[in-house]
Amino acid sequence: MKRFTYTRAETVADAVAILADRPQAQFLAGGTNLVDLMKYDVERPDAIIDINSLPLKEIEELPDGGLRIGALASNSAVAYNAQIQARFPLLASAILAGASPQLRNAATTGGNLLQRTRCSYFYDPSTPCNKREPGSGCAAIGGLTRMHAILGASDKCIAVHPSDMCVALAALDATVEVVGPDSARDIAFGDFHRLPGDEPQRDNTLARDELVTGIRLEANRFAGHHTYLKLRDRLSYAFALVSVAAAMEIADGRIVDLRIALGGVAHRPWRDPLVEAEYAGAPAEDVTFQRVADRLLFEAKGLGGNDFKILLARKAIVRALRQAASGRPQSQTLKAIQ
Amino acid sequence: MLDRSKIVGSPVSRIDGPLKVTGAAKYAAEHFEPGMLFGHVALATIAAGRILAIDTRAAERLQGVVKIYTHENRPKAAYRDSKWKDAVALPGHPFRPLENDRVLFDGQPVAFVVAETPEAARDAAGLIHVHYAAETPNTHIVAEQHNSYEPPVARMKQFLPPPPRGDAEAAFAAAPHKVSADYVLPGEHHNPMELFAATVRFEDEGRLTIQDKTQGSQNSRDYVCGVFGLDPDKVIVKNDFVGGAFGQALRPKHHLFLAVMASLDLSRSMKVEMTRREMFYLSWRPSCVQTVSLAADDEGYLQAVLHHAVHTTSRHEDYQENVANWSGLAYKCDNVKISYELVKLDLATPGDMRAPGAASGVAALETAMDELACEVGIDPLELRVRNFVHRDQNQDKAITSKALHACYREGAERFGWVARSPTPRSMRDGNDLVGWGMAGGIWEAMMSKGEAKVRLSADGHVTVSAAASDIGTGTYTILGQLAAEVFDCPIDAVTVDIGRSNLPKTGVEGGSWTAATTGSAVQAAAKAVVKTLLGHAQSMENSPLAEASEEQVEISEGRLVLEANHQVGTAIADIMAAAGLDAVEEQAKVGPDILSMRRYAAYSHSAVFVEVKIDEELGVVRVTRVVSAVAAGRILNAKTARSQILGGVVMGIGMALHEEGLIDHRTGRIMNHNLAEYHVPAHADIHDIDVIFVEEQDQRASPIGVKGLGEIGIVGVAAAVSNAIFHATGKRIRNLPITIDKILESEAVQ
Repeated sequence: MKRFTYTRAETVADAVAILADRPQAQFLAGGTNLVDLMKYDVERPDAIIDINSLPLKEIEELPDGGLRIGALASNSAVAYNAQIQARFPLLASAILAGASPQLRNAATTGGNLLQRTRCSYFYDPSTPCNKREPGSGCAAIGGLTRMHAILGASDKCIAVHPSDMCVALAALDATVEVVGPDSARDIAFGDFHRLPGDEPQRDNTLARDELVTGIRLEANRFAGHHTYLKLRDRLSYAFALVSVAAAMEIADGRIVDLRIALGGVAHRPWRDPLVEAEYAGAPAEDVTFQRVADRLLFEAKGLGGNDFKILLARKAIVRALRQAASGRPQSQTLKAIQ
Repeated sequence: MLDRSKIVGSPVSRIDGPLKVTGAAKYAAEHFEPGMLFGHVALATIAAGRILAIDTRAAERLQGVVKIYTHENRPKAAYRDSKWKDAVALPGHPFRPLENDRVLFDGQPVAFVVAETPEAARDAAGLIHVHYAAETPNTHIVAEQHNSYEPPVARMKQFLPPPPRGDAEAAFAAAPHKVSADYVLPGEHHNPMELFAATVRFEDEGRLTIQDKTQGSQNSRDYVCGVFGLDPDKVIVKNDFVGGAFGQALRPKHHLFLAVMASLDLSRSMKVEMTRREMFYLSWRPSCVQTVSLAADDEGYLQAVLHHAVHTTSRHEDYQENVANWSGLAYKCDNVKISYELVKLDLATPGDMRAPGAASGVAALETAMDELACEVGIDPLELRVRNFVHRDQNQDKAITSKALHACYREGAERFGWVARSPTPRSMRDGNDLVGWGMAGGIWEAMMSKGEAKVRLSADGHVTVSAAASDIGTGTYTILGQLAAEVFDCPIDAVTVDIGRSNLPKTGVEGGSWTAATTGSAVQAAAKAVVKTLLGHAQSMENSPLAEASEEQVEISEGRLVLEANHQVGTAIADIMAAAGLDAVEEQAKVGPDILSMRRYAAYSHSAVFVEVKIDEELGVVRVTRVVSAVAAGRILNAKTARSQILGGVVMGIGMALHEEGLIDHRTGRIMNHNLAEYHVPAHADIHDIDVIFVEEQDQRASPIGVKGLGEIGIVGVAAAVSNAIFHATGKRIRNLPITIDKILESEAVQ
């Protein structure tokens, strides 16, 4: 772990200004990922800007019926917020599927968006990794690929995004609010995380000098038909092999509006709005769910160690859609699959 | 006053519990000395090859860095291998940190930074650049098993396979029912809460006091004295509290060597604490490939047992376990052939990890037994009952006690085994397939040589001392209970002084022998105190005990009395006053009964019953119920004993479903060296675990009737889980851990 300076920012403007002066600086919120990465010498910031004093912890109702979640609201605060549980239960469920209570108490909404991949080669500075050290190569390709991408990978990077929360936010079409030195802007959630392409060092489209200040959610009608189904190597505290956030609106046994996002399969939460639109109007039954799975996984490609994920994802999608359609979301405390 | 007959055996809470839960118990890394320095190890990033150059310039420039050691400037240490061999060393060459340019395994220490702060030491270690000439590593046991060999020198005589009996091959060929399969177990890695650490206090006149994370303070002391040529009287090693060890801390590790080395070289106090990652390159449970072939007649009586095991070891040592011999003694069979070989891989030397050998070998045997039961068409429990054996056929000895029938019976009853439907995939609960599986467990009941001292003060206070270690098992408490029993005093009148090398001689804490050994020594020393007291009492005028022998007296409510008539006796305080003493102190030495060992073999046994529920479509496994019925002699403390078995069962569930060191065989490197990616069971993976103890009266196993509980809890659990998964799904998965992908991708047998 490299020596670093520590500064506490008091306002958003302050935080962004300090960052502008220190190109090697990093913001510190919950620290659940950054501190680990610093210990592993993967992140070597020379300055830490502690943003925990910023007034970004609120979860507030918006006039249009939506909600705004401050970037510093902890994962626990969001998951157990009454409004979130009542109106965005998919988000609460996805958060509770991740990490452990201690981590969720510390981790923040903004930080969760920015967590780095768990690829073990990324975590080991002695191996080549284009994400950690652009141009050095990818040691994961041809190596241990059990946890790696089946969709959207490139020959530069096969890592996956590890978040559960973000899979739900992708399905819910959230908006990310960010502030830069000169202006603030909104980023649609689908545009926030990116595929690795030739620049796997860029996990997302946040500019180097910007700070995530919050997430906005629009009102929806999914509270009756949703689920977050996560499959992993133990029943808690493990990253997803495959996860599915599914939400739908159903009328007369037919899907009116469908949202489905996958976790653990790609460099970003995987969503295909075209497929969703295609099945609007289709009957909410297994045949439809299987077609949705086939369409979503049409271009899925195994790397050897993760070939099973294609089969697992197909089964998980069908099951999740069945759970959502029947109004029986997966419980994150009772580990039996519903 | 406590009922004497109840203090031993009852669920006495740990006497060190309050210290531990309040943080007052200090572990090796929690001791601080004025002016101390901190060390951090830089680890090799190749698995085989040579170091061409080490660039330490950037690291040396860091503020606070005092010195960086590599193989090029390491202070001299012992030349001969014998000086480097600790009490549980292996055949071969012990590892010597920073000895030369040779890299033998991924994670080998290649440099050691000493700095004013731990942060500076860690930062500097990350800035050291090592240039290697890497060689192609071989780390895949399945790919390399054709290079296996019989170890030329046995680690222990009892690890040698027994001579073949009967004609196993011919009997196998002739039998009507047979199964034969390969079982593959991955490497598993120790992850106790406490990391390896040593704090060395550098004192005047070359004296050292070392806080070490070890399962044997005297073993650590002797090791550093051997390696550095120190006077054993000037070195004290302490391990007052150990945050879990499970066998990993039996042998001294590089942290101890490096801490003492730097302390002597710099004449400063030193501290070295490992990282979680470093724990993955030390004393791990080796990967293992086994072939088990079983044959039976139409009634299920075993006709042949063949068990061949190939085990991983390192390039420089021949690590060995008793993996396969269990197959020759668990069940009655007259045609048995057992073999055991090693294969050298470019990995760190493996080491003992809870029930070393049995955990691996019995996993294969007990899965094969389940397969045989299916093949013959009888209940798997009934198959085991039919093949029950009262004699150790490997050694042709009687068995001291074996209440395994009672374990089968009580375990099955508690579990409800009778309701099991024999056909795989025939039990359901909603979307879940339900599977019930069982397995037997076995472990050797060992006792070693040990000493203890007991002091009884005139005021009734008792002090027990021995260089034993409490690695979290409850040793403090059971030693206190055993002394309290003899002196008929409450446990809080007993001070237990262990965890120091300058106390009566005790071996390393491992193999489940500490309770039997140190416990027997404490009881013997306490009885010697009673005998001495009797002598003093009889020197008193008109002693009511004048005619009594030591067998006829005991202590009751602060008095030495006739066992037959408590009215007759003298107060301890009066006896001591008359003798002009403040206290009576005696030391005792115990060891295994060699004569008895010629005729008898002693084992602990268990029967484990497991229920799993598996989502049929997605392959998600939940272990919803476990009943473990254990026969391990006398139970000293119902609470700590139960905890030991619970922990063993949890670890066995991890073995079945989760634990696996993932090696990138291109580079020979372990890639999941942290607790996020190396999986052990989380709370959500653990449901009801019911522990049954079937007590045995067995003075042959040890004078206090104890057989030990550290290992038996894990043995058989992985097989029981695997057998339950088969019963639920019809899928027989012979390579652990049984992860979701293996369930999805295997075919159910019809």
